Amino acid sequence: MESLRMGLNGEEVTVQVEPDALLIDVLRERLALMGTKEACGEGECGACTVLLDGRPVTSCLVPARKAHGREVLTVEGLASEGQLHPLQKAFIEHGAVQCGYCTPGMLMSAKALLDRNPHPTDEEIREAISGNLCRCTGYVKVVEAIKAASAG
Amino acid sequence: MSKEFSFVGKRVPKLDAPGKVTGQTAYGHDMKLPRMLYGKILRSEYAHARILNIDTSKAQALRGVRAVITAEDIPDMRIGWARDHPVLKSGKVRSVRDEIAAVAAVDEDAASEALELIKVEYEELPGVFDPDEAMRPGAPVIHTEAPNNIQEKMRQSYYHGDVEQGFSESDVVIEDHFTLPFVTHCCMGTSFCLADFSPSGDLTVWSSTQMPFLYQRDLSTVLGIPASKIRVIKATIGGAFGSKLDMYPFEPICVSLAQKTGCPVRITFTREEEFVASPTRQPVICDIKSGAKRDGTLTARQVSMILDNGAYSSWGSTTPLVMMVTISSLYRVPNVKYDVAVAYTNNPYSGAMRGYGNPQATFVVESHMDMLAHELGMDPMEFRLKNANQPGDVTGQGVKITTCGLTECIEKAAESVSWKEKRAKPGGRGVGMASLIHVAGGARIYPSDGCGSTVKVDDFGKVTLISGSTDMGQGADTVMAQIVAEELGVPVANVTVVNTDTDITPWDVGAHASRTTFVGGNSARLAAMDAKRQILEGAAENLGEKAEDLDMKEGKIFRKGEPEESIPFEKMVRSKHFRPDGDVILARGWYEPPTERQDKEFRGNISATYGFATQAVEVEVDTQTGEVRVLKIAAAHDVGRAINPMAVEGQIHGGISMGLGYGLYEELVVQEGQVLNPNFADYALPTALDMPEIDTIIIETDDPAGPFGAKGMAEPACIPTAPAIANAVYDAVGVRIKDLPITPEKVLKALKEKKESEEER
Repeated sequence: MESLRMGLNGEEVTVQVEPDALLIDVLRERLALMGTKEACGEGECGACTVLLDGRPVTSCLVPARKAHGREVLTVEGLASEGQLHPLQKAFIEHGAVQCGYCTPGMLMSAKALLDRNPHPTDEEIREAISGNLCRCTGYVKVVEAIKAASAG
Repeated sequence: MSKEFSFVGKRVPKLDAPGKVTGQTAYGHDMKLPRMLYGKILRSEYAHARILNIDTSKAQALRGVRAVITAEDIPDMRIGWARDHPVLKSGKVRSVRDEIAAVAAVDEDAASEALELIKVEYEELPGVFDPDEAMRPGAPVIHTEAPNNIQEKMRQSYYHGDVEQGFSESDVVIEDHFTLPFVTHCCMGTSFCLADFSPSGDLTVWSSTQMPFLYQRDLSTVLGIPASKIRVIKATIGGAFGSKLDMYPFEPICVSLAQKTGCPVRITFTREEEFVASPTRQPVICDIKSGAKRDGTLTARQVSMILDNGAYSSWGSTTPLVMMVTISSLYRVPNVKYDVAVAYTNNPYSGAMRGYGNPQATFVVESHMDMLAHELGMDPMEFRLKNANQPGDVTGQGVKITTCGLTECIEKAAESVSWKEKRAKPGGRGVGMASLIHVAGGARIYPSDGCGSTVKVDDFGKVTLISGSTDMGQGADTVMAQIVAEELGVPVANVTVVNTDTDITPWDVGAHASRTTFVGGNSARLAAMDAKRQILEGAAENLGEKAEDLDMKEGKIFRKGEPEESIPFEKMVRSKHFRPDGDVILARGWYEPPTERQDKEFRGNISATYGFATQAVEVEVDTQTGEVRVLKIAAAHDVGRAINPMAVEGQIHGGISMGLGYGLYEELVVQEGQVLNPNFADYALPTALDMPEIDTIIIETDDPAGPFGAKGMAEPACIPTAPAIANAVYDAVGVRIKDLPITPEKVLKALKEKKESEEER
């Protein structure tokens, strides 16, 4: 076991983890942040995407120790002061959620995009979420929602 | 549309979306109970083998392991409608997904380690992996009960008219051969099951099922536990698309582990397991012969099919019954013959997948419609219009077509892609279209096709709809809430939906056949009407009015035509409650569609109404690489009425992406019974970058049998996409791909063959 200290959704946390623990397991199993979903375990579907120092990573492939001393943002940290993030609002209002299993990862990829490019084109949005698989929506309303949030 | 609605037809956001965008929603995968154990399953290494010995002693001894079970530890139970599938296998295995043993342990690592410690000795048997070969004499026998490897109950022959006469009267007759691959659902959330026994022996199962009541019955049958002791709760699931229509071995296994350990047990599939051990859409080998007169009148259609059942029979073995509707009734065809055989192989077994056989049937029929149009020298759109089904038609199979927007669908989809201007032009671009017919008013394949609902109104005006229907993420709950809100005249925000808990909700046959909005919606509406009647009768007594003179809107009760003088409805609910002879508002609705089961010759009207759609696509084909790029898809769907247009669009978009994958990218590669690409790196799901421009065109035909005119529409969206693409590829470069998916290799090969045959001339 080793001590992992990281910024998590704006708060500092310290947790004891196995040296080979994966970030997703620490988030889900140790810290009970179940919003981050595992859908493939091989970094191919993007459902487990979280932000590490602002960059999207597939947490099912990231060793937890890599997060030591860094900032992790999960879907639970998107809303602030009781207000949903504009992306969350847009996903609701534009029907971008169906089964919702890909939604947390999709939101985190979109957040990373808007943070570095506040006014992306449709093509840039598609590119940014091209690593996030969705079987329900055909991505159309997801792209619409991200576009709407970017305009706000 | 002339009708004015308050909530129907509105883009109401999904009720479950806030929980899902914040990560608060607990899916089955996220559920944990005190003392919960983790279950895992050992599957076969071979596609066909005798099991000589299973040694679980080392696994039993491993620290953290609480139970190891094999076939010896459970009743000899068989699942599936054909009862041909043992839950845990003994004697022999028939496919690589076959369950041999299962463990329950304190964590997933211990469970996985235990699986590795189980030693199984096999004697490999020769296998058969092609359904055509499987039916030939001398093929290895998979089930002793079916020595010819044929699922006899699904060997069917249908006809209407006389195809021989039809062909003899035709000016043009063509015959072709088509093949369709294994594809699979790829739900983002994998299959799961969590089973827990109370100290008194009552079982609760949180399941990813999409048919809780049949699942309750199935669990009872195979486990020998009275159904009255089983409670099934559909937990929040990550998609289903038909894959959760059956009960699978892992589910009674999970319950057996819970029974044996006395602890709750959860089994959650890995992605690899989901690819290998959840069902597929059945591959089809198909011969089709079609005929028409010179003026474009269809004369006859003859189809023969062989389906790959895999090693066992799921509900998916019955997909020929759905294929039959398309073969007999898509367009007006006076003479039809359809013969089908479903063959056992040593492949993983196929099941129900969105469209339930219709994507295969429609690919074949609509490809052939295009080919026939070309033989006739007709515009494929005009050919389709000439033969399009019309309202009031009764087809040769006895399919009663009531509302039908097919003509409008064809015209609107064509217009959207500039059909007239773009068709048959050089330059590597082309347009193509395909239509469909699908059940849209339930599908009577079971003695009851009904759904029950209860509406409860509390003292504060909160309305709770308790519905038998199942929301798998498609948005059924929101649609039901809109229907109840509309009928009762209360805001959608006042309505809560409770669904699919067999201890609480009334019976429903399950979420399949695009029936939920139609059947569940009608049921919810009846319950809401009953609630309204109760409230208005109470109000009438209080106010000294007649109930029929009162109405309710925006949460207020008023005299008809005098909405300015009103009383909050919850006040009337309370006053009905708090009086000496008081009562609470508890209303009910049961809806059973007015349909019939098919007779022995497969004739009968199994659905109360039918859905139609046309998708027209524009593609660009790179003749150097063979790559097909879809530029645009116009999807015109007759949905009766869109209760929630945003949800309807969402279903169409998602269906198109699934149809696009079927057309161009997806194939589960199964060789010698082994799945070679059980991961998202090798199984190519469409990504956001693959999606073309989509124009969704909602055609409203206001079906008199549907709730506020709505028809079922969710499966159809994935059905015509692949044939429309194949037809557009032909229009673009003149090659006909009859074997999905349309890969660059197949296109290049066809282009080369075309060039060679042109040079020979």
